[in-house]
Amino acid sequence: MGAEVVIEGLTKSFGKQAIWRDVTLNLPPGEVSVMLGPSGTGKSVFLKSMIGLLKPDKGKCEINGTDIVRCSERKLYETRKLFGVLFQDGALFGSMNLYDNVAFPLREHTKKSETEVRRIVLEKLELTGLSGAEDKLPGEISGGMRKRAGLARALVLDPEIILCDEPDSGLDPVRTAYLSQLLIDLNAQIDATILIVTHNINLARTVPDNIGMLFRKELVMFGPREVLLTSDEPVVEQFLNGRRLGPIGMSEEKDSAQMALEQEQADAGHHDGSTEDVRGIVPQLQPTPGLPERQGAIRRKDRVVQVLHTLPEPAREGIIASLTPEERRHYGIPEPAVTAGGRTQVHGNLPAGDVADLPGSPAWPSGEQSAPTQPLRPRRGGA
Amino acid sequence: MSSRPATVPGLGMLRETGKLFALGLDIARGLFQRPFQLREFIQQAWFIASVTILPTALVAIPFGAIISLQFGSLASQLGAESYTGAGSVLATVQQAAPLVTALLVAGAGGSAICADIGARTIREEIDAMEVLGVSAVQRLIVPRVLACMLVAVLLNGMVSVIGVLGGYFFNVVLQGGTPGAYLASFSALAQLPDLWVGEIKALIFGFLAAVVASYRGLNPPPGPKGVGDAVNQSVVITFLLLFVVNVVVTLIYLQLVPPKLG
Repeated sequence: MGAEVVIEGLTKSFGKQAIWRDVTLNLPPGEVSVMLGPSGTGKSVFLKSMIGLLKPDKGKCEINGTDIVRCSERKLYETRKLFGVLFQDGALFGSMNLYDNVAFPLREHTKKSETEVRRIVLEKLELTGLSGAEDKLPGEISGGMRKRAGLARALVLDPEIILCDEPDSGLDPVRTAYLSQLLIDLNAQIDATILIVTHNINLARTVPDNIGMLFRKELVMFGPREVLLTSDEPVVEQFLNGRRLGPIGMSEEKDSAQMALEQEQADAGHHDGSTEDVRGIVPQLQPTPGLPERQGAIRRKDRVVQVLHTLPEPAREGIIASLTPEERRHYGIPEPAVTAGGRTQVHGNLPAGDVADLPGSPAWPSGEQSAPTQPLRPRRGGA
Repeated sequence: MSSRPATVPGLGMLRETGKLFALGLDIARGLFQRPFQLREFIQQAWFIASVTILPTALVAIPFGAIISLQFGSLASQLGAESYTGAGSVLATVQQAAPLVTALLVAGAGGSAICADIGARTIREEIDAMEVLGVSAVQRLIVPRVLACMLVAVLLNGMVSVIGVLGGYFFNVVLQGGTPGAYLASFSALAQLPDLWVGEIKALIFGFLAAVVASYRGLNPPPGPKGVGDAVNQSVVITFLLLFVVNVVVTLIYLQLVPPKLG
């Protein structure tokens, strides 16, 4: 199982300039999370603080119980071996060819024989579609290839946490889709906790289990994907739809005069930059058929159902609609009414007690409690 | 770096100095940590030697010559020609050789190290290495510092020999000095610690040059131009440090080691 990351009250500033304040979030083990945010909100700084490259001013960041803000250097290096980090530009070692780059962590940290190293390296290169490019130097290949090679290098030590800094920047939509699939497949295979920092809305809508958003020096929200995707928060809405209309401006913030002017222009028929409202829950990307079910997704289902009554209504409806009848019975959630359009929806308030229980918890009728909890069967295709 | 507002003038400089010392200590500690990066060390030593040997040799001959000529003419004015040998050889071995060595190690080797590390830093290679759980100081900097120290000590020996031979040639052949007097005065006044102090100086200077180069390389101003500036600064800072440290070491040596009485 992947490592759990608990971040509490993390604050970072450069001199007098605050980057973000009081960021508190929890990356559940084995789940895929995405951090969104306009350019310049310190997303990359956030990633670097998580791995101890930058020292936050306050707060803690615990990985498997080790607070990497405050631990000793030796402990920090030990903890970093759990990470696989994909940098924006791949950050390959310019003096080594791709093969040596990918082999580097193995040679530094393991006592594997050279044949063993070769097997693993070629496997990872093939996984990222780089077979045959082993002898190329990083300077001789395209940005997309560098990025994939960086990913291959991040994967050789079978990390428990994978951090990706804008995996899609510099990649075309098709390669981005492949990369997204690769990340989900990896998650199914090694059950690593994954955090992706990106601006790519498509990726954010389809890949993660959880989404967070940084804006105005703080974490606007972090939670199950359904919450952010159905959110009415103006920042989130604007960002997801890529509109000029809203609180995000060209420079990070906008004043009210500018906002009023833009609203006026938009009302007068001026195009606001967006195409259509892409909010709403779309089916999540699933592992390639033949791969095991994502353990993280199964754990997430239990976790989300437990807090279901605390979530806003649209998110709750979305989650319930994404469960199969079998799962709904398993969790004791009433069947939703089927609307005319054939789309399943749940309306109204659900009694908190009904949805907040996992099978096996004390509130469950005693007859069923004695039966062992059935693991959910693998399922593909979302709703 | 420079973006940080300093509340008291000079505080920024103190902070930089402190960080330089901290890196120096980290490196000193890294020298004794295993595993030792033998391959990197050999490659770097070879590289630094290859860029410094020829220029050092070419500088050493005229350097030995000017000391010898200057001292020879002064000594003949004072009527002390017989001590020319001792004077010029001691000056060459104790002062000229370590300084020439250090200037070239800093100028050729140090600038290359600074540029290399600086480019890696701005390309996030150093970060990537740290994230892979490999200490950049241990993996990259320590072998370079050791290589610089080794090359400085070896070069110092070479410069001493070439400088002394050059001095001998200019004094005996061009100024008409007596070979016998040259050698006799030398063995009368010079002693083994004079050679040791020269080597120790070279060792210290090599260490300094490499530490300053690595420090500037690890903390360059932003952007590709920043790396160029960092290289520039590293050479200038090293030169300034070398001369100050040279004064200190020379003073200590003169206090500790009694001069040999001819």
